[in-house]
Amino acid sequence: MPAQRTQFTMPMRILHWLMAAMVLAMLGIGFAMVSSISRYHALMSIHRPLGIAVLLVAGIRLIVRLLSPLPPFPPSVPPRERVVATASEYLMYTLLFAMPLIGWSMLSAARYPVTLFGAFRLPYIMPENPMLYWWLRKSHTVLAYLFFFTFLAHFTAILFHTLVKRDRLLRRMLPWKA
Amino acid sequence: MPIDTKSTIDSGSPPPARRQTLAGLALLGVLVAAVVCTFAYVGGWFTPGKLTPKKFVDVFQAVDGEHAGFRRNHAKGLCVSGHFDSSGNGAAISRAAVFQPGRSEVVGRFSLGGGLPFQADTPTQVRGLGLQLTSTSGQVWRTAMINLPVFPVSTPQAFYERLQAGIPDAKTGKPDPAKMTAFNASHPESVAAVKIIKMNPPSAGFGDSTFHGLNAFVFSDSQGKSTPVRWVLEPVRSASTTALAIASATRPDDPNYLFDALIDAIHTHPLQWHLMLIVGQEGDPTNDASKPWPPSRQRIDAGMLTLDAVQSEDTSPTYQLNFDPLVLPDGIAPSDDPILSARSAVYSNSFTRRSGEHKPPSALTPASVNPK
Repeated sequence: MPAQRTQFTMPMRILHWLMAAMVLAMLGIGFAMVSSISRYHALMSIHRPLGIAVLLVAGIRLIVRLLSPLPPFPPSVPPRERVVATASEYLMYTLLFAMPLIGWSMLSAARYPVTLFGAFRLPYIMPENPMLYWWLRKSHTVLAYLFFFTFLAHFTAILFHTLVKRDRLLRRMLPWKA
Repeated sequence: MPIDTKSTIDSGSPPPARRQTLAGLALLGVLVAAVVCTFAYVGGWFTPGKLTPKKFVDVFQAVDGEHAGFRRNHAKGLCVSGHFDSSGNGAAISRAAVFQPGRSEVVGRFSLGGGLPFQADTPTQVRGLGLQLTSTSGQVWRTAMINLPVFPVSTPQAFYERLQAGIPDAKTGKPDPAKMTAFNASHPESVAAVKIIKMNPPSAGFGDSTFHGLNAFVFSDSQGKSTPVRWVLEPVRSASTTALAIASATRPDDPNYLFDALIDAIHTHPLQWHLMLIVGQEGDPTNDASKPWPPSRQRIDAGMLTLDAVQSEDTSPTYQLNFDPLVLPDGIAPSDDPILSARSAVYSNSFTRRSGEHKPPSALTPASVNPK
């Protein structure tokens, strides 16, 4: 019987930490942007291209995830928690695609040019429609909060396993061999 | 009994495993709280006094009331369209496609300042012109200009305070003049700007108004060399435009006399403006739109704006555009003027509010826009 895998594959681990940094930056920039007068434009100029970068990396990550063998849950994770963990993983994958797509769609519906850098811009993916923009813009905020709280639950759960249960669950995702 | 003594000593503190658990939980709590506090901090939750886009739009609504579906400032308006023929002269300082020789499509909106969508036209109310120029390559440039030679304030904070001073008093229904006096006392730069504004009385109508971009921008040429620039639209005054504007000014019974003159003028012949680029020099203030640049600065005639069609807001898709002055093509970038980012943020907030509302018919209906 082959030894069971104890870690996610290296590409999955790299993508996990890369996306963690990108998503936290996007949430922070987004929260700061909507409440800022003086830094609004500077933050917006990062938020737009970084959001499209999240969409690209999410696409790569989904493909890698579907092709990679997964380490099994250790016995310290009870069955009901496994269901919650898997559901939150699916939710986060959904948000990784939904947030940038909604952002791109709402700019399209409002006819704000989707400029990424220099003269390079993306096409509009929605018809011009202010009410559609309004709904997408509100969804963008609601889902940003959902993303933040899902992240917080994920962060709390892994801290609980690492600091309280001390079951080394974190090593499955550590970037180095553990 | 020795065993009992030991248990008595230890009874006050938990066994090692439990202590570890408690320490782990405490650390977990600290880390989670740190993350929540960091995000609350960047979101402005710890700085409730800070100026936000929401507060800015709220103060506009406090001054003129809330008019669902309309812009929170420059609420009364009329949509126009036409084109811009570039002379190619602007390409010397900017690589933007709009300055290459050739034609860009233009849509725009003339407006009166303030948040009242049905106010009667008056000669002294601020006149606005928002434009979107789309070059053949699809590059988009938006600008929102007014007929004042300088902006009455230097910073977003001063703008906010000046608006606050104009909020009507709950008892009298009018702004308290003492508040504006107090604002002026603490903002001499605003007093100086208003003096310059008063030295430039408004023209007869929209068609013969000069429109100023006010804020400085940074132009970049194809080599990456940057130049500070302000721009202004100078009207090509024809006898008939002026005559129509003057004739309409004698119709005091018409609450839309400025807009009606504009409609008549466009139906008679296209209205035209020269787009003049004013080239700044070392030391010219780029971060303060309340201060004029010396009149001796080089002026580049970048081309001719022609507006030859007019539409009511009720039927024109142009009404929905946000004339955000930071929707810029490659080759034009914002300067260090803090008002620019503020305009972008506040326009966006106002745009989001009205896009979710149902707009009643505008003052200038499709029927009033038809040739008479």
